[in-house]
Amino acid sequence: MNQQGRPTKPIDAVPVAPATFTGNRALRIEEALIFEFGRTDVTGVDLDEPAEFAPRLGGLERKEPIGLPGLAEPEAVRHYVRLSRMNYSIDTGVFPLGSCTMKHNPRLNEKMARLPGFGDIHPLQPQSTVSGALQLIAELSRWLCELAGMPAVALSPKAGAHGELCGMMAIKAALAARGEKRSIVLVPESAHGTNPATAALLGYRVETIPARDDGTVDPEEVKKHLSKDVAALMLTNPNTCGLFERDVVAIADAVHAVGAFFYADGANFNAIVGKVRPGDLGVDAMHINLHKTFSTPHGGGGPGAGPVTLSAALAPFAPLPYVVTDKNGVRLVEHAADGAGKPFGRMCAFHGQMGMFVRAMSYMLAHGADGMRQASEDAVLNANYVKAGLKDLMSLPFGDGACMHEVLFDDAWLDGTGVSTLDFAKAMIDEGYHPMTMYFPLVVHGAMLIEPTESESKASLDLFVAALRDLAMAAKRGDTARFSGAPYYAPRRRLDETRAARSPVLRWMKPVVKEAAE
Amino acid sequence: MRYLPLTPEDRSEMLARIGARDIDELFADIPADKRLDALPDLPLTKSEIEVERVLGRMAACNVAAGSVPFFVGCGAYKHHIPASVDHLIQRSEFLTSYTPYQPEIAQGTLHYLFEFQTQVALLTGMEVANASMYDGSTAAAEAVLMAHRVTKRNKAVLSGNLHPHYAGTIETVSRLSGHEIVAPAPHGAAEDLSGLIDNTVACVVVQNPDVFGQVRDLKPLAEKVHAAGALLIVAVTEVVSLGLVTPPGEMDADIVVGEGQSIGNALSFGGPYVGLFASRTKFVRQMPGRLVGETVDAEGKRGFVLTLSTREQHIRREKATSNICTNSGLCTLAFTIHLSLLGEAGLRRLARINHANAVKLADALGKVPGVKVLNETFFNEFTIRVPGDAAQVIEKLAAKGVLGGVPCSRLAPDNPHLRDLIVAASTEVNTDEDRAAYAQALKEVLA
Repeated sequence: MNQQGRPTKPIDAVPVAPATFTGNRALRIEEALIFEFGRTDVTGVDLDEPAEFAPRLGGLERKEPIGLPGLAEPEAVRHYVRLSRMNYSIDTGVFPLGSCTMKHNPRLNEKMARLPGFGDIHPLQPQSTVSGALQLIAELSRWLCELAGMPAVALSPKAGAHGELCGMMAIKAALAARGEKRSIVLVPESAHGTNPATAALLGYRVETIPARDDGTVDPEEVKKHLSKDVAALMLTNPNTCGLFERDVVAIADAVHAVGAFFYADGANFNAIVGKVRPGDLGVDAMHINLHKTFSTPHGGGGPGAGPVTLSAALAPFAPLPYVVTDKNGVRLVEHAADGAGKPFGRMCAFHGQMGMFVRAMSYMLAHGADGMRQASEDAVLNANYVKAGLKDLMSLPFGDGACMHEVLFDDAWLDGTGVSTLDFAKAMIDEGYHPMTMYFPLVVHGAMLIEPTESESKASLDLFVAALRDLAMAAKRGDTARFSGAPYYAPRRRLDETRAARSPVLRWMKPVVKEAAE
Repeated sequence: MRYLPLTPEDRSEMLARIGARDIDELFADIPADKRLDALPDLPLTKSEIEVERVLGRMAACNVAAGSVPFFVGCGAYKHHIPASVDHLIQRSEFLTSYTPYQPEIAQGTLHYLFEFQTQVALLTGMEVANASMYDGSTAAAEAVLMAHRVTKRNKAVLSGNLHPHYAGTIETVSRLSGHEIVAPAPHGAAEDLSGLIDNTVACVVVQNPDVFGQVRDLKPLAEKVHAAGALLIVAVTEVVSLGLVTPPGEMDADIVVGEGQSIGNALSFGGPYVGLFASRTKFVRQMPGRLVGETVDAEGKRGFVLTLSTREQHIRREKATSNICTNSGLCTLAFTIHLSLLGEAGLRRLARINHANAVKLADALGKVPGVKVLNETFFNEFTIRVPGDAAQVIEKLAAKGVLGGVPCSRLAPDNPHLRDLIVAASTEVNTDEDRAAYAQALKEVLA
């Protein structure tokens, strides 16, 4: 018998990594498109062919081949597992994407949303068979209203921007009910792009309010733009510079004084839950991104959910459907004639993102009033801790005051280094971090907006700060190669976005086989 | 609290590092008289066990579709979802990632969205599709707005047989954005819209199969629409039908919108679902929503990125094609995984089973005394007329443990012609026993 054992120690002179035949790098495996390896005659779902029957399609059978490839189950599982490994996620590491609130997504929420009593009920089955679902919606409404300090909430909007649309539609309807037709909406320049896009969709002319030197909105500047032709001001608070609009009450008063409404973008609600109620600040409508503040998963870009809390002035105009709680329990009002409200219409089919309602409710129940306030405090504490760790190396555009749940740097500190915000972000990828939000908000040059959220431990933040300090010092001492070629270690090097936009390839096409020359 | 890693000692150390006395110093910009001193008037933190108890109790009050003979459709359908689909979409890297703003570390998402766009284009018979919308109804509303941009006209004609929730969604956004809508009341019969189509009309919106289940050849309508210089928008609320029915692209549709819930996504009381949006290439720069495109990286390797973002609000602000800032990421993933598993062979078979089951159900219900099946054609749902009030019949059936469909009055209560109509669907999940139970229960209810 051969007594030679396997080598257990690497050789002393380690060679440079060679190219591989497959292009793979061990656990990092290249993956083709399903159209390149799937086959239209293969299926991963076993179904019995139905017995012969007379079709009732009126001769409208689909005759041409569709061209959809099929995969057997092991092929499909492997394909999507391989793809998943090319993604960065919250569960992978720090995801400090400012204004996006990438907090931990508790798995209990997933389990609850999949209970058959929530996941397997149809929106149009009789109301008598879904009393528990209506009860959950009513309970979620109660929590959201309490936290926002407002009397009503419209639940059907399907995402933040859809919530904005809902809130602004309610404002338009309320103005129309007063016999008024106003034409202007005021939007600060630090606002998310969705705010002006929403206002424009409803036919409003958007007037931009510039920020003052400290990054916040000056009530005197707002007053200059206010008139009886202004329908609403859309203000994000805390704003996208990570600052609380400290003059918010004066702004709200000024807006109300001309009969306009105060819309708050609640994207950054996570900073203030349990600390202050927007309704107490004079807000008339505010959407709440359940996928940010209340931890429903971002899922690679959706689905979201954007309920809108409404003041007493706007509540009657909430869209269909809505729930009413009375002595007979909770009931769903699906038509204007069945309720007391004056709904402005309908935002979507059915009743909203129930799957997200269950997850958000699960998050809220788990945290409770005390846990949610603690979460907001920790989110703000973590952001200020990151700021304290970086402020001597990176530049703060609006001074060294306390920030809320996110800290904004600009690129002044990179002047003369040859390194841009984009380069810095890509180098963070090599360090194992998802970059912060970059080049937004537009009010500062080369913005870097860092939102660590309450989900990061102190040890995690200490390492994150140390890594960013090391990168910052490398940039300052002229180690540009670490940046200009980054990322070096990601599944892809920097991608050519110009090429993608110039000659768009938006779908796979069957390669044209050239006829052999005769 | 189990989701919060900081300890009291961590918090003290961090405040010291920041140079703040206490946490409230960090909140000093909030007006002092508005700050909450007490906790909100809500319950305190709960363990997993307690949360499960509270939510479990609520869930138990609902009748799950899978627990009874179930025939409810009208825009959302009970289909079987392979176990691997729900497992795969819960991979951390899919579930807890974000919009692929950093494409080098989001190739997984971008890759499947590119495949999804291709699948939707093939399925609908169109040239190009986006990376999804919120749901079918909002996709329909966005399609109408897009038609206004393309044609520079201001009026949309809606078929009376369009799902009333879709019509309502379109009507709301059109009215509040200053566009005109012309829409006959829901009626269920064949309709002639040609009297409404002239050269002021931007688009005509029809549904196929329509809300009453009827399948129609839209080619003659497309000709009239195009002759007037307008666009034909076709809505498909049951996407499985495209495995068996001539796709809107082959009937000359200009924009196809769809509800993708049927493939891969649970009923979930109406959401989240996945809106499909497909069009012709020449309109691509007027399309709403996200688009993924192919490109190469610095080493020449194929990769994918979000593209044509100059249409979008984060660049264009008030000049954007739409205010939409998201898609239905995870629902899109469920859709594309399920469709990859099915493949063409599986989808066609699934569609045939659905149609066969609906034919069996129509035959069974048609034999119940007093019941009449109204459809000449249908895919997996159809309309029956019952003696009396359909909503009451549905309630009585529910009391007997059968969820028998949607009374049309639930969708259009003002229309007296629909009071005795029920739309019933049968999919692959129904057995012969389920259908027999429905027919028997209906017989008893009507007796």
